[in-house]
Amino acid sequence: MNFDFSDDQRLLQAEVQKMLAATSTSAEVRRCLEGEALYSQVTWRELLGMGAATAALPAEYGGAGLGYLELCLVAEEAGRHLAAVPLASGIYLAAEALSLGGSEAQKQAWLPRITAGDCIATAALGGAEGYLAGDAPRFDGTALSGSVLLPDGGAADVAVIQAGDDVVLLELSAAGVTREPLVSLDPTRPYARIRCDAAPAQALSGALAGKALAARVRNGAAVLLAFEQLGGAARSLDTAREYSLERKAFGRQVGSFQALKHKMADIYTGNELARAHAFYGAWALSTDAPELPLAAAAARVSATRAYTVAAEESIEIHGGIGFTWEMDCHLHYRRARYLGQLIGSEHAWRAQLADAVITEAA
Amino acid sequence: MDFKDTAEEAAFRAEVRAWLEANATPRQSAEETFGPDLTEDERVAAAKDWQRKKAEAGYAALTWPKEMGGRGAPPIQQVIYGQEEARFLVPARVFENSLGQCLPTVGAWASPELAAQYLPRGIRGDDIWCQLFSEPAAGSDTGNIRTRAERNGDEWVINGQKVWTSGAHFCDYGILLARSDWDQPKQKGLTMFILDLKADGVDARPIHQMSGEREFCEVFLNDVRIPDTHRLGEVNQGWTVMLSTLMHERMSIGGVLPTTLHETLVKLARNATWNGAPALDNDVVKARIADAYLSQKGVDLIISRGITALSKGQEPGPEMSILKLVAARGILDIASFAMELAGPEGMLGHEVLGDEYAFMQMMWLTAPGIRIAGGTEEIMRNTVAEYVLGLPREARTDKHVPFRELER
Ligand SMILES: Cc1cc2nc3c(=O)[nH]c(=O)nc-3n(C[C@H](O)[C@H](O)[C@H](O)COP(=O)(O)OP(=O)(O)OC[C@H]3O[C@@H](n4cnc5c(N)ncnc54)[C@H](O)[C@@H]3O)c2cc1C
Repeated sequence: MNFDFSDDQRLLQAEVQKMLAATSTSAEVRRCLEGEALYSQVTWRELLGMGAATAALPAEYGGAGLGYLELCLVAEEAGRHLAAVPLASGIYLAAEALSLGGSEAQKQAWLPRITAGDCIATAALGGAEGYLAGDAPRFDGTALSGSVLLPDGGAADVAVIQAGDDVVLLELSAAGVTREPLVSLDPTRPYARIRCDAAPAQALSGALAGKALAARVRNGAAVLLAFEQLGGAARSLDTAREYSLERKAFGRQVGSFQALKHKMADIYTGNELARAHAFYGAWALSTDAPELPLAAAAARVSATRAYTVAAEESIEIHGGIGFTWEMDCHLHYRRARYLGQLIGSEHAWRAQLADAVITEAA
Repeated sequence: MDFKDTAEEAAFRAEVRAWLEANATPRQSAEETFGPDLTEDERVAAAKDWQRKKAEAGYAALTWPKEMGGRGAPPIQQVIYGQEEARFLVPARVFENSLGQCLPTVGAWASPELAAQYLPRGIRGDDIWCQLFSEPAAGSDTGNIRTRAERNGDEWVINGQKVWTSGAHFCDYGILLARSDWDQPKQKGLTMFILDLKADGVDARPIHQMSGEREFCEVFLNDVRIPDTHRLGEVNQGWTVMLSTLMHERMSIGGVLPTTLHETLVKLARNATWNGAPALDNDVVKARIADAYLSQKGVDLIISRGITALSKGQEPGPEMSILKLVAARGILDIASFAMELAGPEGMLGHEVLGDEYAFMQMMWLTAPGIRIAGGTEEIMRNTVAEYVLGLPREARTDKHVPFRELER
């Protein structure tokens, strides 16, 4: 049995961790928080430059040609360092959709530009929940109409969009496309809405298409996001732990109070349970296993829970100072929610998980 | 990343499987239990027979050094044997403490003569061993042991009481922790011995458990004589010996924890209804099935991480310390929900409700004990907080005080 990452993969992770510690600093992430930038260009350039963000993309399109396992560990570090970059939107979703569902010509046209950093991609691939009465996107074979919410929509140049049974590619500079930046509760990961009025678009027309393509990409993204969430959850616990050793009350370290010790033990337990499921998801993704829908949903649900709890409780463990703008606690609190809802909430994924478990038990 | 055996592991697995197929009955489902209608005496006898068979085939003490009657095999082989044996209906639990903790402790601390006297018999299943640590006033706080060990020439005289001792009434020997020095602080005045449970002055009385079984005992010790040769480790070094016993538990990673209860839950939900519609179509039911999978498969996957470490010749990582916390709470939640599926009928015994409920009802009745045995959930959380996260140890007022001065 070899249910672990290899030494080489861990080495790559350590490189990425070193780079992000120097680049994706609190100050840098806060430039986005304060609305000074839509994403961290320097962090994104580095992640692309060292072949980290493109780890799973084929070398013939400018990717690093490593694999999904490497990308999982990159994601973990991105989460740990709150990297404010279009990694989920542009890579886990858009580039993956292109790579798995694009025609040769479509791949040639876009992937090399994405991997080189000349173009930012994003995606909207459906989901269970909704609130605002929308003008759902419609595709007539050549043109797209309707409105779509896009993560990183303000910075993106191209988008992969699910419209009914089709998954289409839309250049955001095309005629008939207007975009509107939106206020978001995690300003480090902003959204925009685009409206299309018969904007020229093309269906992705590779081997895997339509709803099957969207489902496969969402499952892959669930695994990758789980690693990003794990990184954030581990960082939240580390920060809380360190603070609890420094801060004193009633003449002792607050970390010596059993209520806090048990709280942190529970966070650790949630994180490690999620890690086990994320590993399984990574295995399923990297081997294209039939278990992917099951493993991805389990990774998604457990990692969403873990990061949410870790981020919430980290604020509590810090006390009043945890509630300030200056502390990074709220960056995790916001990011945990963003990642936890980006491709549908914990509840929607729990339903997918149940269906997969019931099918498997049949 | 993969779940495959190495060539060596695969060869060993094939060998074990062939042997089991020739010597045991394959299990039809995860819920089936060995000899549900046997009396305890019959179950113990069957367990002894099975242990002897395993010993003759060389599977009884795989990882022990050859000098101790083992095979000197790497820990991964023990895991593989366990995985394969789990697919067959064989007597479980009777030898768990003997092989998991007691005999390894004897092997590590006894003189060569003593080891030669007890280990081969233990491995062959001639003797069954138990662990006599807990007392009425010493459970989580094991250091508070008051059973008295007094030196008298070449012997020790033991007086006191142990409690919650699993299997003491059918066991032959036990490892016993007793207080040899009342002037030392708690943990520094303890000594470990081998106790002959058939010796004069030993009275083991089964305790009626909430599960209805009578598996653990209170053991009264009245002027029991133990030769000094049967001491394990130095006088007053009992605490160190006990910690080494607990270390052995760590390498057995997971061992007997169930990992497919979510499948049992799905089976039961298939028969249940909710407002006249199939329960399996209900979102609340589905959410609980998903959560059941997360804890059960989670336990399985964490064990897989431990096995990976063993397979590479490394020690399992700190994440192993959450296994019991995840497993015990999960079992309780899953078994409770399985009962809720049937509404008021869920309170009916499996004799009425159907055999398919027997296993879950047993799990529901044993889950509270699983949460306590081998360290309560609170103690496990302390362990994670202190040993994994490096948080401050619990405040203690009794650490440097001679035991006799401690408040009772
Ligand atoms: C099924 C079963 C089998 C067993 N088999 C054996 C056996 O074979 N041999 C043996 O020696 N023992 C055995 N035990 C005993 C077991 O190890 C103890 O019951 C256990 O360690 C708890 O000790 P206690 O019962 O004295 O509870 P206590 O220690 O009195 O605990 C009472 C409550 O206080 C809490 N508590 C105690 N200390 C702390 C602390 N520092 N921080 C927070 N909370 C705390 C506990 O978590 C618990 O909730 C068995 C128990 C069970 C249930």
